[in-house]
Amino acid sequence: MKIITLKKVLTISILLGFVLIVIILISITMGSVKVPPLRSIRILFRAILGLKGAGNETERTIILSLRLPRAILAGFVGAGLSVSGATFQALLRNPLADPYILGVSSGAAVGAIIAILLGLGVSSFGLPLVSFLGALLSIVVVFYCGRQEGRIHPHTLLLAGVIVGSFLSALIMFFISLSQKEELRTIIFWLMGDFSFSNARSILIIFPYILLGVFLLYLRARHLNLILSGEESAVQLGVDVERLKLVSYLSASLITAASVSVCGLIGFVGLIIPHSVRLIFGPDHRLLIPASALIGASFLVACDTFARTLLAPVELPVGVVTAAFGGPFFIYLLRTRKAIRTL
Amino acid sequence: MIEAHSISFRYHEAWVLQEVSFRVEKGEFVGVIGPNGSGKTTLLKLLYGLLAPQRGEILFELVPMKKMDRRDIAKRIAVVAQETQLLFPFSVLETVLMGRSPYLGRLLFESEKDLEIARKAMEWTKILPFSERPVEELSGGERKRVFIARALAQEPEVILLDEPTANLDIEHQIDFLDLILTLNRERGLTIVMASHDMNIASEFCDRLILLQEGRIYQMGTPEEVVTKENIESVYGCEVWIDQHPVSGMPRISLLRKGGR
Repeated sequence: MKIITLKKVLTISILLGFVLIVIILISITMGSVKVPPLRSIRILFRAILGLKGAGNETERTIILSLRLPRAILAGFVGAGLSVSGATFQALLRNPLADPYILGVSSGAAVGAIIAILLGLGVSSFGLPLVSFLGALLSIVVVFYCGRQEGRIHPHTLLLAGVIVGSFLSALIMFFISLSQKEELRTIIFWLMGDFSFSNARSILIIFPYILLGVFLLYLRARHLNLILSGEESAVQLGVDVERLKLVSYLSASLITAASVSVCGLIGFVGLIIPHSVRLIFGPDHRLLIPASALIGASFLVACDTFARTLLAPVELPVGVVTAAFGGPFFIYLLRTRKAIRTL
Repeated sequence: MIEAHSISFRYHEAWVLQEVSFRVEKGEFVGVIGPNGSGKTTLLKLLYGLLAPQRGEILFELVPMKKMDRRDIAKRIAVVAQETQLLFPFSVLETVLMGRSPYLGRLLFESEKDLEIARKAMEWTKILPFSERPVEELSGGERKRVFIARALAQEPEVILLDEPTANLDIEHQIDFLDLILTLNRERGLTIVMASHDMNIASEFCDRLILLQEGRIYQMGTPEEVVTKENIESVYGCEVWIDQHPVSGMPRISLLRKGGR
């Protein structure tokens, strides 16, 4: 009989992990500066093994300090946004939910824009920090508004999120209207999602939050399945629903806050990756969470590689690429879902 | 097995249940009947601890309900709700396995033993042949069986049913109730069923609780509860009551105003 077992989850995760590594390797061989693919990979492996590097100094800097950190960062963000989106879809029982639905992104955006207007350079610690604080503030406000008598009501929370988001959007518009031409371009790139704001240190800022969040959510994967059929149904099966909701909402919000703070509002990933994974592997969170994380990571690394190289030396915001590829691909999956499900 | 000691409950201002006391013995099949809004569903929600009464208390095997944790309750009391939302396509087997959740606790994956229990539950409810199909593709009657199987996988002592025959045609109503009756008679499962259908309740239940505006109007055997006086007073409409020609249990016929 077909059920989800640990063996199945591990097998699929290892396969998807392998795909992710291959995509990261391809990603570091591509870019506006030509470094031959084999040499790029030799530079990477010799560095990992601690051997004296191949290639010249410039090439090593490009591969090890620019492309590799950026690919790893894109991987973390892609994984985080996908898992966060899957969680919000389950908790709100709303297929249209995405990581930004509770207004976390707007908080982060206000923070980021303030940082940009204050001239806290784009690749310093300042921008992600202020942006992260903005996101945390919006999480606190939304939760404060969305709880009644110690209980979380998904609909109230959703309304609180939408309203806080709209209010913050007004602030965003206000700040944009005050900004100068050069700042405006930076702000717009941030709002579309762009990794050029980030650097190697960004990984250190966000990976603890993303790893912790995904871990906490995975511990609850089976209970997230139960809440899909409604909160009462989950209670009937012995789940402490209020605790489950609180921990899951906060974990998913924290993951989102960390992700957007370093690279802006990358759309589509958190919406389409969980749905695509459900169509392929089914709705069980025990497989959905790791598969979404790994596929989301691969997807975003690939998209960012396109964003860097498509019109090189001009860089596109990665959000443009995720939307351009994600939309049509999702429609294709939807149209063929019957075929996929019988696999 | 279950004792309610003058429990009262309200969601907001108005009391939905007031001073309700009753006992359900082990192995009984008890029906809860009453008009819309008389508190049937709320009563069931109190019995499995989803809601807690503001006054009075409920004992389960002499232990106060509020002292039991959710997992303990779920190991002993299973619920088959009116309608369960199906948002994403879980298979029949996956849905039935969810009934093992209270035994798994923090564990993420079911064991062989859990799988075996789920398989037996599906065999009992005759849904084994479509165990791999998504629940959403099944008919209403088959779906009800899936949720009975999920309840059985919980290995409970009590099953609470909320309007189990609503939306089922008569063939599936009888199928379903016969299955419940077998579980009750052969496995000694205690059943509490809230139902709109007084004919079904009087035919299948050992004892009935008749609710009116949150209070118990009368409690007893179907013969004692389903009488012309009781029904007309509680529902406020004229009915005709005679005996079921086969079983001899009370049977209600509706009368149209002014006669035919």
